[in-house]
Amino acid sequence: MSSKDHENRPLLQVEGLRARIGETEILKGLSLAVNLGEVHAIMGPNGSGKSTFAGVLAGRDHAEVTAGSAILDGRDLLAMPPEERAKAGLFLGFQYPVEIPGVGNLYFLRTALNAQRKARGEEELDAVDFLEYVKDRMKLVEMDPTFMSRGLNEGFSGGEKKRNEVLQMAVLEPRLAILDEIDSGLDIDALRIVAQGVQALRGPKRSTVLVTHYQRLLEYVVPDVVHVMAAGRIVLSGGRELALELEKKGYAWIDEEAQRGAFAISAQGAP
Amino acid sequence: MTDALRELTEQKYKYGFVTEIDEDRIPKGLTEDIVRLISHKKGEPQFLLDFRLKAFRHWLTIEEPRWANVRYSPIDYQDIVYYSAPKPKKKLASMDEVDPELRAAFKKLGIPLEEQARLANVAVDAVFDSVSVATTFKKKLADLGVIFCSFSEAVREHPELVERYLGSVVPYSDNYFATLNSAVFSDGSFAYVPKGIRCPMELSTYFRINAADTGQFERTLLVADEGAHVSYLEGCTAPVRDKNQLHAAVVELVALDGAEIKYSTVQNWYPGDAEGRGGIYNFVTKRGKAMRRSKISWTQVETGSAITWKYPSCILQGDESVGEFYSVALTNHRQQADTGTKMIHIGKNTRSTIISKGISAGRGQNSYRGQVKILKGAENARNYSQCDSLLIGDKCGAHTFPYIEVRNPTAKVEHEATTSKISEDQLFYCRQRGIKEEDAVSMIVNGFARQVLKELPMEFAVEAQKLLGMSLEGSVG
Repeated sequence: MSSKDHENRPLLQVEGLRARIGETEILKGLSLAVNLGEVHAIMGPNGSGKSTFAGVLAGRDHAEVTAGSAILDGRDLLAMPPEERAKAGLFLGFQYPVEIPGVGNLYFLRTALNAQRKARGEEELDAVDFLEYVKDRMKLVEMDPTFMSRGLNEGFSGGEKKRNEVLQMAVLEPRLAILDEIDSGLDIDALRIVAQGVQALRGPKRSTVLVTHYQRLLEYVVPDVVHVMAAGRIVLSGGRELALELEKKGYAWIDEEAQRGAFAISAQGAP
Repeated sequence: MTDALRELTEQKYKYGFVTEIDEDRIPKGLTEDIVRLISHKKGEPQFLLDFRLKAFRHWLTIEEPRWANVRYSPIDYQDIVYYSAPKPKKKLASMDEVDPELRAAFKKLGIPLEEQARLANVAVDAVFDSVSVATTFKKKLADLGVIFCSFSEAVREHPELVERYLGSVVPYSDNYFATLNSAVFSDGSFAYVPKGIRCPMELSTYFRINAADTGQFERTLLVADEGAHVSYLEGCTAPVRDKNQLHAAVVELVALDGAEIKYSTVQNWYPGDAEGRGGIYNFVTKRGKAMRRSKISWTQVETGSAITWKYPSCILQGDESVGEFYSVALTNHRQQADTGTKMIHIGKNTRSTIISKGISAGRGQNSYRGQVKILKGAENARNYSQCDSLLIGDKCGAHTFPYIEVRNPTAKVEHEATTSKISEDQLFYCRQRGIKEEDAVSMIVNGFARQVLKELPMEFAVEAQKLLGMSLEGSVG
């Protein structure tokens, strides 16, 4: 990294994070560091805790954090309510975006953007200015303008919902985007559109964490670092080639190794 | 329920203040003498006194209805003052001469009368307690032959119209509360739009209950002659009171051949405190009669009152007449609402649409009660009803009582109903985008109500949106 600040400190620093849902511990001492401008991929089998991790970072209260820390840009994420984390620049792309009937897509986006602008001390955008602001960004995900007047995700297909997530990311311009299985349930064309959108939003002032099962997304958005998660921890980290290896060998060996405790040493995030 | 949600649903009523104005009052209680006294004070013609007396005598023979899904302690009808009018300090020639205290009260309610009238192009017939104080835009309307005035003035200036249409849609014997109203109504609004005239502005009345322990018995009569068009707005707020106040209004609409009436209400009377003390009992009878090829459309946003008992209805008498009912009813704290509509299809090819959105929060109880009746001669009648309920929290209730009666085999009647809750997932989604919880609730509730809100005239829609949000602060946006 070129910026001096960030030579000392990654944009996101997670250490020893533990969280449980009910009596079951899901995150078991997870550590991860993401530098500004980097794209990381977190891969791993079902049930390894990937989505829980994404949710915990964003402040979803379904899981209870019992130990560890998560620092974004020097701020203690775990101490903030979800909306403050959003205003601090954290964006979660949802695996299953909700529908909110009757609340216009455009209206929702503008309300969200203005809430964040206000928090940053910037002027709020009126409907006309916002329309201008959102136009180019819609092209990014090939979103038809008619979608904007419909209810938020109301009656959208799976692919449309995911494109809408990327559009929201484009509008909100987060410092850190965590995209939870943004590639799931997409046909080949939708995957291309979503992936190209994510790739286009890559830049030196933004970090992105892609949570995914498959390496196909990574053909479009080539990650700087690939992590493998198993049993609530990052057990292996490497470069792009790690994803390809996983694609070939599957996750079974990771699970087995994790159970044996073979990854105890390599569980420290970025290489 | 989360803290923010709780805080939001526990907000206090914002319009709690009492205006000190001298009042002309008569003693408590209801007797034939009181009815005569009211009529005398107002200098009414014989036909009106007769109407009142018939109603009063009938009222003595009937019982208060108990079928509604609401609970309240018995009303002592002898403990109510049936007439109260602000004493004018002098005769008013223009808006500027309106009692400054009165104008201040309107300001507090966010209704700068003259500004609103001028800017929004709205003629406001302001009803303060029971007597109209100021009417604007009269001249412009008069040029077109449109009559818009207080009920009392209509009785003085246009007795033939009042005599012809009063009780023609809601007869004096209609129901307990309408009968009571017919006996003691003090004032209200009257509008007549002549043949073929399209009323150039929204006619608007702001009601406000002010004197303590004074029942409010408004009477509204609206007549659209053949081919006429009119849009009427009714908005209400009331100050905080400890004792329950009874409100039993009657609204009659007459749409002659080819006429169109749009009647919109935003009701925000005092709902009582969080424990259900105080608040308005709102027992209202609203009905319209639609003649050939005419259309009557009711839109209501009901957020206030401790108890709401109200079924704005359409009698689709003429062939090809159309009736519509769009409703948002919100109950919070311990509010109870039993509201809906009746669509009575008499003419051939008559159509009706019912869209009802009930929102329940706190310990609120919300019932939709609707009747669709297709009579024998109503060939090819159509009805579509949609009743949606939204629940906020786990201590409130939503109920739906649809009654469908079809006596003609060519009829087509559809009824859809849904119940949903604001989910944690929806709230988290909004918050993850930076929107705080109470704004998210307000947004979701307004989205839920959108189908109805978009039926309101522009200036009213904005007010209604804010009100939904505020009422859930006490719930919508």
